[in-house]
Amino acid sequence: MQDLGIQVLFRGNNFLRLLEGMWAALRIALIAMALSVLLGFLFGMLMTIHNRAIQCISRIYLETVRIMPQLVLLFLVYFGAAKHMGVNLSGEMASILVFTFWGTAEMGDLVRSALIAVPTHQYESGAALGMKKWQTYFYIVIPQSVRRLLPSAVSLLTRMIKTTSLVVLIGVVEVVKVGKQIIDASRYTNPKAALWVYGAIFLLYFAVCFPFSKLAAVLERKLAE
Amino acid sequence: MEPILQTKHLQKSYDGSHQILKDINFSIKQGEVVVIVGPSGCGKSTFLKCLNMLEPMDRGEIYLDGKSIEREGKNISLYRQKVGMVFQSYELFPHLNVMDNLLLAPRKVQKRKKEEIQKEAETLLLRVGLWEKRKAYPRELSGGQKQRVAIVRALLMHPEVLLLDEITAALDPEMVREVLQVVQELAKEGMTMVIVTHEMKFAKAVADRVLFMDGGIIVEEENPQEFFVYPKTDRAKQFLNTFHYAALEI
Repeated sequence: MQDLGIQVLFRGNNFLRLLEGMWAALRIALIAMALSVLLGFLFGMLMTIHNRAIQCISRIYLETVRIMPQLVLLFLVYFGAAKHMGVNLSGEMASILVFTFWGTAEMGDLVRSALIAVPTHQYESGAALGMKKWQTYFYIVIPQSVRRLLPSAVSLLTRMIKTTSLVVLIGVVEVVKVGKQIIDASRYTNPKAALWVYGAIFLLYFAVCFPFSKLAAVLERKLAE
Repeated sequence: MEPILQTKHLQKSYDGSHQILKDINFSIKQGEVVVIVGPSGCGKSTFLKCLNMLEPMDRGEIYLDGKSIEREGKNISLYRQKVGMVFQSYELFPHLNVMDNLLLAPRKVQKRKKEEIQKEAETLLLRVGLWEKRKAYPRELSGGQKQRVAIVRALLMHPEVLLLDEITAALDPEMVREVLQVVQELAKEGMTMVIVTHEMKFAKAVADRVLFMDGGIIVEEENPQEFFVYPKTDRAKQFLNTFHYAALEI
């Protein structure tokens, strides 16, 4: 009997494997994002300090990350680290590293601009009420900054999730890799598998990213109120 | 009576050269209301900020209850709790509602009990006519309402002295009144206040003493009846004249 194309998705545990692949990709993005938020906050606060050296170094870091394609960074860390430093990183580990390196820079810049967007009067107002510097930061400045940067942080997360499709190139078995395996395995029985499998991957990415992108839009609208 | 707050030889300059305050000797007694007037850029707002130590001064001393205040260190927080300040631009915290704006500092800085402060806050809000707004966010309030909340926020810290920095300058005329009424009531109750304002009628009504500042010095120091009717110096006369002109034009 001729296979219907769509059946390739449900043969054996193919669909489950695709989901697992999606989870592998998502896990990299989520872990990297969590680390980026933490480090990005520190980096962002660091960038608000008026110090030539600090500002110069952060500028270089930021520009490097922005100019360099993520794929080059991935190759650099995955292959470069193994070859020149003798560190044998797993593909997933290297991906998390690179994504965190990228995310910290982007997040840091978001935090920096959110922090300086809080008017100096707000700091003064806290101080005038007898609050210590850290209290002013903790109760007044940071909550306001978080509100400001939340939409862009969520959209950074969606960008990260999308970009995980690159990590297949350093051998991480994520959703695209699993898809390729399924297509290869059914090359003869189902020549149209590619369309269905990549279609399914498209929908999976959509299902994961759409809620986040919607959330970013909602937050943006709320913020504008 | 001993002055409650006092400065001796207070000096302040920006960029090391432009001297904005030249040797200010100032004192205020318990329950007294001192109004500072003067042309824009005469240093009156800077002086208030120095009094609250929001601006570092170059030279001079500040005394509270007869004790000299160190310019740095942890005592500043304690000092600022005793010398409260209200700003021209209200500076409520936009992410907190009215009640949380009021509770934040008494809870976190003075570690007082929430119920106790809340009760006091409600009483004060009732007095300034904003009890219904206790759950509202600053963006939902008018300028005059925000400023009244800001005054209540400062009062909840139980300051010994309150500094008011042009608190009606950013308000529409019809809102000026509601804010000044609150201040006038505070004055009647014996609150010690240093007020910088451009509202001359208000100054005349509320002040026990008027300081006229110009060019970084206190040019004249008088009771309001005397100052507004018979200013001694030419500079003060000129300054008061500009207000008469403004009144004529309308």
